[in-house]
Amino acid sequence: MTPSDTHRAIDAVWRIESARVIAGLARIVRDVGLAEELAQDALVAALEQWPESGVPDNPGAWLMTTAKHRAIDRLRRSKMLERKHEELGRELEIQQELAVADFDTALDDDIGDDLLRLVFTACHPVLSSEGRVALTLRLLGGLTTEEIARAFLVPEPTVAQRIVRAKRTLAAARVPFEVPRANELAARLSSVLEVIYLIFNEGYSATAGEDWIRPALCEDALRLGRILAELAPKEPEVHGLVGLMEIQASRAGARIGPSGEPILLLDQNRARSDQLLIRRGLAALERAEALGGALGPYALQAAIAACHARARTAAETDWVRIGALYDALAQLAPSPVVELNRAVALAMAFGPAVGLELVDGLKSERSLEGYHLLPSVRGDLLAKLGRFDEARAEFEHAASLTRNARERELLLERARACG
Amino acid sequence: MRFMMLMIPKGYEKAAPGAMPDAKAVAAMMKYNESLQKAGVLLALDGLHPPSTGARVSFLGGKPKVTDGPFAEAKEVLGGYWMIQVKSKAEAIEWASRCPASDNEVIEIRQVQEFEDFTPEVQRAAADEPALRERLEQRKGR
Repeated sequence: MTPSDTHRAIDAVWRIESARVIAGLARIVRDVGLAEELAQDALVAALEQWPESGVPDNPGAWLMTTAKHRAIDRLRRSKMLERKHEELGRELEIQQELAVADFDTALDDDIGDDLLRLVFTACHPVLSSEGRVALTLRLLGGLTTEEIARAFLVPEPTVAQRIVRAKRTLAAARVPFEVPRANELAARLSSVLEVIYLIFNEGYSATAGEDWIRPALCEDALRLGRILAELAPKEPEVHGLVGLMEIQASRAGARIGPSGEPILLLDQNRARSDQLLIRRGLAALERAEALGGALGPYALQAAIAACHARARTAAETDWVRIGALYDALAQLAPSPVVELNRAVALAMAFGPAVGLELVDGLKSERSLEGYHLLPSVRGDLLAKLGRFDEARAEFEHAASLTRNARERELLLERARACG
Repeated sequence: MRFMMLMIPKGYEKAAPGAMPDAKAVAAMMKYNESLQKAGVLLALDGLHPPSTGARVSFLGGKPKVTDGPFAEAKEVLGGYWMIQVKSKAEAIEWASRCPASDNEVIEIRQVQEFEDFTPEVQRAAADEPALRERLEQRKGR
């Protein structure tokens, strides 16, 4: 192996092992920030030693053992300083834990629990949304600060700052490294799912910049979702979210034209949908349904996406069922955006006039102010009703609101098409 | 990006119909598959029956010709595959390296072609293909 091969191999090992190493360490040192620093120390050691020694047989175990040695070194050093008895007692306890239980495959189940703790900690509601996203990608996705910055089109120091602040907040709030108890589980899980879906959406429908899709972020989110589905297999909403993302991702290829322009759902070439992802998505939705109970918001959205995926052509779409699913969603998680989507579905099922009436009811909705999809949908319905002058004005308004360059072009194109 | 990890077991080209790996090897492989699944990288996997129960269709001179297995000339045959989604070829190699494979087995790693990998001409051909199929089906009166 050449040194650059080894570096690539180390990157790969880090991607695979870092979350497990950080999670295992965090259980012992009870501090996610410290655990990550120790894991980073081990990574630096690997970068120094592996090009000479070669990649060890069990690289994950090597990283864990090295990180534990670093932890012991740090504790010894910090003992030189004067410490409270309580802290000393805790440190001795930590030392004992570090000394036993070497990281091996026999510990896989424990590592699973640790990973789940890490997920809940990185997505803790005490953190800002941006902090949660950055920390999750960093600690669980194995992404570097630079990669996160590139994905979100923000300067690297901004991301570094978000991570530092998030770690500090966790420490200051003394957030315990644990899986939340039953009474808070639902709320905490929904925070986790929100973070993963936020990452997915940032990739799927980039809110800023030139590209409409950043596939790498979608893949990161999918990977996190699939991992979570293994860690928490009895949670229907986890499968619901995975199903939703798999089915949406199945359309990623069909959503962009040859010059990178967005193609609307009903105009998409369905032969370009990824059948493997559709099958996986439908299977995940089935798992959510099989767990029983009423479908949650993610499973409902997955069921809606499944309706689109099952239709071989746009004309075969079961809009009545989609409308009913949006009804259920509107009751469970009411929001103007859901209402807008419901209006679109009902327009398809029962005619544009029905949809327009519902959309007009949303015009005074403050939270939709500045949301480009409201005028965009309204323009579409008006055009279908032959009211082209009004439609053009709506498309132009929508174009002025979107931050995405490709989407703006599409909207202006539709405005021009109104004659 | 996606990779196929293609399992090539030496000797499988001559394996009798119904040949199966032994239970111990399967158990180890199941554990490995589980690790891929837990890591969120596994998209699909399958094992293949031996070529002795398969057939090959060749197209010499533009005419399909069917040969039943086993195939005397085949030196290497597939025994199965994994489809994984990872960040780099190095990651795919790392996963393949962890496979509990035996002495006679080789795993070949091949990146899956994405639409974006094609040249513009090929992209156009690929994008038009379903429209063409639709027209053909209409002509058939469907």
